[in-house]
Amino acid sequence: MKEQLQKDFDNTIGNLTLSQKDIEIKKFYLDNFINKGFPNRKEEDWKFSDLNQIIKKNIGELSFYNDYTSTNKVDTSVFVDGLEHNKIVFINGRIEKIDFDYEKKDQIEIIDQSETINQFNNNSSLSDLNSAFTNKSFKIVVKEGYQLTKPLIIYHTTNSKIWSKNINLRLNFELYKNSSLRLIDLFRDTSEKNFLNIFYNFDLKENSILKNYKVDRFENKNIKYSFNNIEQDKNSVSETFILSSGSNFCKNEINCNLNGEYSSAFVNGIFSINNKRHHEIRTIINHLTENTKSYQLIKSVLEDSSRAVYQGKIFVNSKAQKTDGYQLSKAILLNKDSEFNAKPELEIYADDVKCSHGSASGSLNEDSIFYLMSRGLNYQQSRELLINGFLLDVVEKITDPEVKNLIKNMIGIKE
Amino acid sequence: MDNRQKEIDNLKDYKYGFTTDIENTRAPKGLNEDVIKFISNIKKEPQWMLDFRLKAYERFKQLKEPDWQKPKYPKIDYQDLYYYSAPKSMIDKPKNLDDLDPKLLETYKKLGIPLQEQKRLNGIAVDAVFDSVSVATTFREELTKQGIIFCPISEAIQNHPELVKKYLGSVIPVTDHFFATLNSAVFTDGSFAYIPQGVRCPMELSTYFRINASNTGQFERTLIVADKGSYVSYLEGCTAPMRDENQLHAANVELVALDDAEIKYSTVQNWYPGDKDGKGGIYNFVTKRGLCKGKNSKISWTQVETGSAITWKYPSCILKGDNSVGEFYSIAITNNHQKADTGTKMIHLGKNTKSKIISKGISAGFSDMTYRGLVDISSKAINSNNYTQCDSLLMGNKCGAHTVPYIKNKNSESNIAHEATTSKISEEQLHYCQQRGLSAEEAVGLIVNGFCKEVLQQLPMEFAVEAQKLVGISLEGSVG
Repeated sequence: MKEQLQKDFDNTIGNLTLSQKDIEIKKFYLDNFINKGFPNRKEEDWKFSDLNQIIKKNIGELSFYNDYTSTNKVDTSVFVDGLEHNKIVFINGRIEKIDFDYEKKDQIEIIDQSETINQFNNNSSLSDLNSAFTNKSFKIVVKEGYQLTKPLIIYHTTNSKIWSKNINLRLNFELYKNSSLRLIDLFRDTSEKNFLNIFYNFDLKENSILKNYKVDRFENKNIKYSFNNIEQDKNSVSETFILSSGSNFCKNEINCNLNGEYSSAFVNGIFSINNKRHHEIRTIINHLTENTKSYQLIKSVLEDSSRAVYQGKIFVNSKAQKTDGYQLSKAILLNKDSEFNAKPELEIYADDVKCSHGSASGSLNEDSIFYLMSRGLNYQQSRELLINGFLLDVVEKITDPEVKNLIKNMIGIKE
Repeated sequence: MDNRQKEIDNLKDYKYGFTTDIENTRAPKGLNEDVIKFISNIKKEPQWMLDFRLKAYERFKQLKEPDWQKPKYPKIDYQDLYYYSAPKSMIDKPKNLDDLDPKLLETYKKLGIPLQEQKRLNGIAVDAVFDSVSVATTFREELTKQGIIFCPISEAIQNHPELVKKYLGSVIPVTDHFFATLNSAVFTDGSFAYIPQGVRCPMELSTYFRINASNTGQFERTLIVADKGSYVSYLEGCTAPMRDENQLHAANVELVALDDAEIKYSTVQNWYPGDKDGKGGIYNFVTKRGLCKGKNSKISWTQVETGSAITWKYPSCILKGDNSVGEFYSIAITNNHQKADTGTKMIHLGKNTKSKIISKGISAGFSDMTYRGLVDISSKAINSNNYTQCDSLLMGNKCGAHTVPYIKNKNSESNIAHEATTSKISEEQLHYCQQRGLSAEEAVGLIVNGFCKEVLQQLPMEFAVEAQKLVGISLEGSVG
């Protein structure tokens, strides 16, 4: 792999106009990655999902060079109907379109950061890989007091032109005082066997609101890793919703630092997976000051021999009195081969706190099925009704009505 | 006067902190094959036992000390320890209690375990382990009548080699982790209990461990085998003198329950926790594991952990037999600079197996407490159930309480439920108690005892009273 990495790295650098210093920095990250390699199960954070093995098994040899010199045609048919929205379109990892048609131009600033390399507060080998190979990266700034009128949808599209490729993406968002942003990540893949490595950084200033919905719905054979770092100032609110379903392997990581008083973070997630898919959500909520709040709810429905993992951590440092932290994960295993692993973790150094977590996993409740069947539904209908109700609980947590409807339609949940 | 006051103060802190001047025989310092042979020789062990030890030692040499635990400690120099220490008068074993060194008896009296008189009233059979040697076992004849074997393990190796050979290392193999393997190589003594088929042990069996000599690691090995349809309740208590340096205690406890058998194992651990500044104290790195080998068997662990500078142990159940049951009830209290990383493992292998975990953690002062547990339901263990509840209480903002459960469910016909909460003592409750005339300290004691009740109830009567007091004493000075 080392030679491949070196060669692809040289090719990638060749297409960029970087200063000597930046090239050095990128090289530094490359060397870091070469040393560490893909994470494996020996690392505590990857205990339940051995990425190294997964890539080996599903993809084999990866190549890291992507030719971004020619443009791809944007297929408008993938766009979401019936919801006016702003767009960012990635095709095979190349940014094809950034469009904030519905917003005031002077309130949103898009800064091309491709030539500056900013470090990520994550010392995993995947962040090194990302830093070494990201091609273009943008920073999107929402100015003080501005609230986007329409949601922003980021389309992550891949097509059959690429095969066994590693794609690295990076975006930075900064929300100034009193601003708000609704962001939907929509994955549309028709490619096979690629590894997507996505890093987002959000900087939330006082009173700002971020709502991030990540939707990986459509079946595909890709492997995905996505990392969100969220820094929160006083009174800010972040809401993250994850629908984890379509990819062969997907790991979403949320790292949230509640730096300002009265800031709060909400993470809600659904695993709805079948076949041999293997998905994971890992969250770390750091309560770093007084009066902060976090709430997490993760529900899983596992079919066939699928496997879901939830690792959630609530950290409360000794200054963070009056913290309110809550975490709940529930899983329904529908097949004898399915598997659910959880590691809900509390690390608490302050005494005046209210923190709790719960985790439950098991089969569908036979009594409930019996009840529904005695009311005239057949087995299949009863099962669907119960699963729908189980998942609806999480979807109802979405605070934005437009997005809630969109997602309900997408999953086919009826009320 | 000053000295006397000091003495009283000391006793208030840790009343088992005295040392006894008894002449000791020690193995040469350090760990090597010769020391192991020395131990084996002095115990007059058969060849197979020596082979067992040497095999473990071979393995130990290849192992690295684990470092994933939460409480970190300075590196232990394993060559700077004595691996065998015995009161000199024990070399030729006394035939009965009257032959015992009076000083030893005095020590046990101070500990509240008068070997001679009181036990007759209480009806508990005691095996007392002093440093590395089992010094006295009471009530032997009565037990023998029922066919129960309860004796020091060194005696069992001589007298019941077939049983020891069959079960020793069957739950904790010599190739296990670092400290367990070290124990397999150098263990000195411990208790052995065998309950024959269909016998319900008429009294509680009990072991008292005491580390006396300095610079000694204590490595006991306990093996309890409950044959088909039998029942036994076993108690374990531990204390050590106050010393400035840290002492290592790495025991192994193996339980085997055959068809329809039940073992109840209770521990009140009160090793010396170190002084207020965290100096000294015992490192309690113990491996405890029970195997529910037969159908419908049951193993239940109850522990009250108040002592030790560092506690690092996970009493576990391997639920191999169909319909077997594992239980774990724990109270862990840390104060001052104590650290604890404790919990359990429930490994479900058989069908219809059930496990229950109730863990209560209380941390005060500058201490740090972690519950770490594993529930693993394998794909063959259909129709299994687990329920876990871990609650933590924090007192003050200099201490920490952490929960790290690992939950693995590999089949759809099993259910796992896990809950954990962390909070502090509610102001309203405190206020209410104080209003009724209790001091702040008494009020805390009362509330904490209520918080722990679920676990305390599981202890046998005699222990429950002791444990309840201990809970109060351990938290003294943590309020206000």
